[in-house]
Amino acid sequence: MTSDIHSSIDTLKQHLIYLGTVVEEGIKNSIKAFHTFDATLAAEIQKADSKINALEVNVEEDCLKILALHQPVASDLRFVVTALKMNRELERIGDLACKVADKVILLDAARKHDKNPSNITIPADFEQMFSTTLSMFSSCLDAFVNEDSDLAYRICLLDDEVDEAKRTIRKELDEIVAHDQKQRVYLPMLLSIARGTERIADHTTNTAEDIIYMLQGRIVRHEEAI
Amino acid sequence: MTMNDPEQAIVAIDDPIVQMEDLCLYYGQAQALFDLTFDIPRHQVTALIGPSGCGKSTFIRCINRMNDLIDGLSTTGSINLDGVNIFDRAVDVIDLRRRVGMVFQKSNPFPKSIYENVIFGMRIGGVSEKPILDETVEKSLRRAALWDEVKDRLHDSAMGLSGGQMQRLCIARAIAVSPEVILMDEPCSALDPRSTAHIEDLIRDLNGEYTIIIVTHNMQQASRISDYTAFLYEGELIEFGHTKKVFTVPVKKATEDYITGRFG
Repeated sequence: MTSDIHSSIDTLKQHLIYLGTVVEEGIKNSIKAFHTFDATLAAEIQKADSKINALEVNVEEDCLKILALHQPVASDLRFVVTALKMNRELERIGDLACKVADKVILLDAARKHDKNPSNITIPADFEQMFSTTLSMFSSCLDAFVNEDSDLAYRICLLDDEVDEAKRTIRKELDEIVAHDQKQRVYLPMLLSIARGTERIADHTTNTAEDIIYMLQGRIVRHEEAI
Repeated sequence: MTMNDPEQAIVAIDDPIVQMEDLCLYYGQAQALFDLTFDIPRHQVTALIGPSGCGKSTFIRCINRMNDLIDGLSTTGSINLDGVNIFDRAVDVIDLRRRVGMVFQKSNPFPKSIYENVIFGMRIGGVSEKPILDETVEKSLRRAALWDEVKDRLHDSAMGLSGGQMQRLCIARAIAVSPEVILMDEPCSALDPRSTAHIEDLIRDLNGEYTIIIVTHNMQQASRISDYTAFLYEGELIEFGHTKKVFTVPVKKATEDYITGRFG
């Protein structure tokens, strides 16, 4: 437990924040690609995934090195354990952004087969779902950097809004297809994008809960009302 | 990352064996311990941690009144061992030290045989029957995880043992008189990792049968072997609680800063 542990923890923190910003970029780009049906941008998100994977391995190695060499305790231990868990969640979120991008590529291909590509009807609630999810993720990075447990608690509360938006989108899609059978071709992709975004919000909530543990030493994961 | 927890920094103990109340200690005019009030749990391991000079050794030496030997030292407050104040005039110090054994930083076997070292306390207590002494030697050495290594040379000098073996012999010597409490003042600080592991295994093994109070500068050791941890700083008790809690989510910022190496 020399002062060296603190420089190792600072480095770990920097690496984790960098991973977080790369993942955040992936989420933003997948939303942008969806809005513009940009298959090229979507393909770039998929390429960036290998970078995220490499960063994840890097962060894990940082954590293992600190655990092995310094045997951290108290806040240092909670930080390293949180970093290990957050790392995994961030990598999963990166994968989900890729999954959304993959569906954007399929959506774009389906539109190109459509005689009238402007026919596609997108449920209005996608907008709110994207903005809430992105705001949750950005706030999560802020809560981590600024050690802000109040913000982390607020993020957990937002997850219900995203879940509700997904349910509304599902209903809206049913109505759209019932009204216009030609829209059926887009249904699997749009549903999958809604599910992927909702999963991003879930993993972001997990991360916020990990941050609460890091700051307060309290495991809130299975608490009914936090 | 400070905790704003309203939780108690000094936990209450259900079945205490040693109870301190407003314990203060002075070396002449200089106060070294300040109003220590807490309980030591029976048959568990309690670790005392804190920076050098914070009063850890001074404190444990109060419990068997080893400090009586220091000129100009005075105490106020009380230490109750099973409900009896050890500072009472009626308390026999020799009997107190039988009930509260001690193992020091540097092993201190007597320049006698291994056998004689173990039964030294019993001989002083007037026990001379060979079968009883033989039985005590075997039992104590087995308990101290030393029997297999020395059973064929019990009458050789204890000075020929390795550092780790000498320290285990001192623990066997302490156990031989069936103490209720064993005080250990940095018992592993002069030992290599293997001998340290032996002593730590032994402490874990004695847990549940003896009350052990151990002073250590090694945070990992405190977290590995103890059930409760007390953090002393400048003669004051800052925090006392379950070791698992102290080393994951300490209540006081000073504890947090000390165990994470930010000061001390």
